[in-house]
Amino acid sequence: MSKKNWPLWEVFIRSKNGLSHKHVGSLHAADDEMAVENARDVYCRRSEGVSIWVVKSTEIYASDPGKSEELFETAKNKIYRHPTFYDIPKEIGHM
Amino acid sequence: MTKEEALFEYLVRIGDNSLILGHRMSEWCGHGPILEQDIALINIALDHIGQAKNWLALACEVEAKGRTEDDLAYHRDGFDFRNFLLVEQPNGHWGETLIRGFLFDTWNYYFTKTLTKSTNQQVADIATKSLKEISYHKNFSCDWIVRLGDGTEESHNKIQDALNRMWMYSGELFAMDEVDSILWKEGIGVDLSEIKKEWDVTINETLEEATLIRPADGWMQKGGKTGVHTEHLGYILAEMQFLPRAYPDAKW
Repeated sequence: MSKKNWPLWEVFIRSKNGLSHKHVGSLHAADDEMAVENARDVYCRRSEGVSIWVVKSTEIYASDPGKSEELFETAKNKIYRHPTFYDIPKEIGHM
Repeated sequence: MTKEEALFEYLVRIGDNSLILGHRMSEWCGHGPILEQDIALINIALDHIGQAKNWLALACEVEAKGRTEDDLAYHRDGFDFRNFLLVEQPNGHWGETLIRGFLFDTWNYYFTKTLTKSTNQQVADIATKSLKEISYHKNFSCDWIVRLGDGTEESHNKIQDALNRMWMYSGELFAMDEVDSILWKEGIGVDLSEIKKEWDVTINETLEEATLIRPADGWMQKGGKTGVHTEHLGYILAEMQFLPRAYPDAKW
């Protein structure tokens, strides 16, 4: 058996009631078509999805964990950005 | 042979093809070349076992002797099995499994598609339910034949070799006998010479895309449909039937 692995792909599935695709995991495949088929077999065995996206893991550019302070911490003290200071009229109900 | 006897025989043949191929595919569990394909094969195996259950249950209903699909699967001997010789052939390497699947799945697709128009409503219903799965099996097999045939020199040679060796089991898929004729005339079954034309088109197109050479039709092995099997079936049954035979009271 070849020691060389097929490329890794990230899999995104949209569930029946879901509005957007959600990351569910990753898998190996030789090309995009096989990646979709493998995703169907690995991640949709129990009717989890109605749509599949795959993207090569190497194509994902991620944020740097070392920069998480400057990227994310700064939002923490800006609570006014959360719409929690408004009175919601009763007739609107749960938002 | 009465119409009921012929229908029972016909249903057992369809069910046995699914059962034996399903068992063969299940032997790949934990041995696939890569995790993703291991799971793909097991999904296909489970599709086949599910279809076998439906066909054999209907066969029992037609027979009306109080037997169940489990009785047929686990308490018959080799000479009572009616599957094609093709589907009982050993898995061999990945390419051999795929060639066996390619030849059978393509046949099964056109066969089942025709059965969806059967005058027997129960037959048509099971065929309709199965066709989506079988359509996936056919595409899975055809894709892989192209990948391996049009892949590296080694994969090309291996798959061509597997095709050459497996070809002699393809003739039986289209041999009409008394059972086939009775059911075809009743509008329940399939005219195998009709689906041979469709099978030829798909096989030829796929082989061409895969840069593989279709073997010449030589001596064709046959016998499975009438219970004359290759030596491989006995080993399958020994493994598949061991538990219910050793522990007859075992429950799921």
